[in-house]
Amino acid sequence: MARTVTYQQAINEALAQEMERDETVVIMGEDVAGGLGTDGERDAWGGPLGITKGLYGKFGDRVMDTPITESAFIGAAVGAATSGLRPVAELMFIDFMGVCFDQIFNQAAKFRYMFGGKAETPVVIRTMYGAGLRAAAQHSQCLYPVFTHIPGLKVVTPATPYDAKGLLIQSIRDNDPVIFCEHKALYTLEGDVPEEPYALPFGEANIVREGDDVSIVTLGRMVHVANEAAAALAGDGIECEVVDLRTTSPMDEDTILETVENTGRLVVLDESHPRCNMATDIAAMVCEKAFDSLKGPIKQVTAPHTPVPFADTLEDLYIPDAAAVQKAVKAVMESSK
Amino acid sequence: MSEGIRPICMPKWGLSMKEGKVAGWLVDEGESLTPGDEVIDIETEKISSAVEAADAGVLRRCVAQEGDVLPVGGLLGIVADESVADADIEAFVTDFQANFVPPEDDDDEDGPATETAEVAGRQIRYLTKGEGGVPVILIHGFGGDLNNWLFNHDALAAGRAVHALDLPGHGSSSKDVGDGSIGFFADVVTGFADALEIEQAHLVGHSMGGAIALAVARAAPAWVASLTLIGSAGLGGEIDGAYLEGFIAAERRKDLKPHVEKLFSDPALVTRQLVNDLLAFKRIDGVTAALGTVRDAFAPGGAQAEDLRAVAGTVPTLVIWGAGDQIIPASHAEGLGDGVDCTVLDGQGHMVQMEAAAEVNRLIDARVG
Repeated sequence: MARTVTYQQAINEALAQEMERDETVVIMGEDVAGGLGTDGERDAWGGPLGITKGLYGKFGDRVMDTPITESAFIGAAVGAATSGLRPVAELMFIDFMGVCFDQIFNQAAKFRYMFGGKAETPVVIRTMYGAGLRAAAQHSQCLYPVFTHIPGLKVVTPATPYDAKGLLIQSIRDNDPVIFCEHKALYTLEGDVPEEPYALPFGEANIVREGDDVSIVTLGRMVHVANEAAAALAGDGIECEVVDLRTTSPMDEDTILETVENTGRLVVLDESHPRCNMATDIAAMVCEKAFDSLKGPIKQVTAPHTPVPFADTLEDLYIPDAAAVQKAVKAVMESSK
Repeated sequence: MSEGIRPICMPKWGLSMKEGKVAGWLVDEGESLTPGDEVIDIETEKISSAVEAADAGVLRRCVAQEGDVLPVGGLLGIVADESVADADIEAFVTDFQANFVPPEDDDDEDGPATETAEVAGRQIRYLTKGEGGVPVILIHGFGGDLNNWLFNHDALAAGRAVHALDLPGHGSSSKDVGDGSIGFFADVVTGFADALEIEQAHLVGHSMGGAIALAVARAAPAWVASLTLIGSAGLGGEIDGAYLEGFIAAERRKDLKPHVEKLFSDPALVTRQLVNDLLAFKRIDGVTAALGTVRDAFAPGGAQAEDLRAVAGTVPTLVIWGAGDQIIPASHAEGLGDGVDCTVLDGQGHMVQMEAAAEVNRLIDARVG
């Protein structure tokens, strides 16, 4: 039965239900148990934002605190995945990928291919991304395009509590390495989520709003920015279709092409840096495969090509907002008259 | 002054509906209406349907216009006799609009909530509306849930208690379907009635729910006050096996939509939200397996396993079918013999209780008294 829970609770529930169902599922990361090995309450933290809170109490040593050495514990998770476990490792901030990238892109992503399909690496790497929490340039990036670039990785970017639970369960059951990207500004977002476990398939975009004038293709937190813009634009008589990618790898090209064939106009909204991101990727794909459907040029709305600023005022300016999307939609309408 | 003035208001279709959008008037101001005439098309997030005239009269005023979004209960239009003065209608509208309070957004108490009964170790979700009289139990079909009675539940509950349940494996009930047979589900319905201390009931079944109602009547004829069988299983061998197969196998929106469209005479009724809701149900752990078990017991090899034709008419029986039903052919309504009233509605499909709700409600209301 569905009830209202937060994005954070949905993630916690998915982890708990999969650990209950399958004893090979283990969790490892920095402070995921919280205070393990120290005096006092052992289950105090559940990670820096409390996402895994309560799991150590339920599952004991299947929730493992690790040293602050991403290269070591991500490598250990990848190795454990090749030898029978289904580890869910928490790479606290996506920005830390740099210190464990060999383990992810040269090892985990390559095993199935290089061992002729005989090796499986069912590892999930949960990681926080995104700006808006005043966490400065090294803790605020949207680096999912970097993972999306690597064949052999699956990349998931849920926008709602419902999607977070279903996609995380699918990630854990999947036999390939999955990078599960959680936008830190969404943790408190509430939504209807069934109590029972359920798996959402990868590669199926969600049409979150229907409209015939302009398609806005987006993902993650930006889905909500697109919805806000679409609601305002409806007041001006412009009906937007909002498409949430849900997963960037695999990517649901069919739904993107269908919406563009329907509206003939495209705005791509992506919180990541503007070079080689999801917006450029989707714009190029649409130009190649649906150029004849376009009534005018595509517009991209992204963050600027700078590090995420620390000053509040600058960070607010950095993040794409509904006003920027409305401006882009109106420009696309204007140029396609 | 409001004598003879009857407002048409935004309906409430289902627990979650808060507002609806006017898709267009189907009748012009000044035209005469007879009960059952479709008056105005309303779109909601989940479903689109027409509001039908409840009373005879003239459509005197279209208050809401195409594109307007109104809360549940908001004033759409006015029906009155020719003799009512324009000034009185004007005064009624002004008065209504001044006093209308839309239901609050966060108000969970606006309408009955679902409850849960324990039947043979399973949790059975149900929704009760109305009270008194000989109660009615609404039994949905394969892959359905209690929301299949969205347009019937309130209307039927005007004179009696009406219980709609989620069968095991469906909706929010437990997913264990035993051997998946019609007999199993009939025992669940009986057990459900016992749990609610229902001494006698009118059974209304749609599709596979019709076969379940027949099986209950076979086992306990005295307990069943009447049967209403809508697009019912159990009355012949044929069923669209490809539909059952496709419904179970579809994992994605695009795969599921064409199958769901077969249920309706107007495929435009299959909204994105309807398909998403069905997918959300099918994706819950255990559902696909449960549906497979039911299919194997109910229609192995694409033909219905159980013939319950002999039961029809052993208690007062009403049969309703959409002439264009693509899942179970309307020809099964033929030759059922004495004691069975049959109505085949032209231009309707399998979900006839949704698409021709007013007509179906009138027929059931007349049957159950």
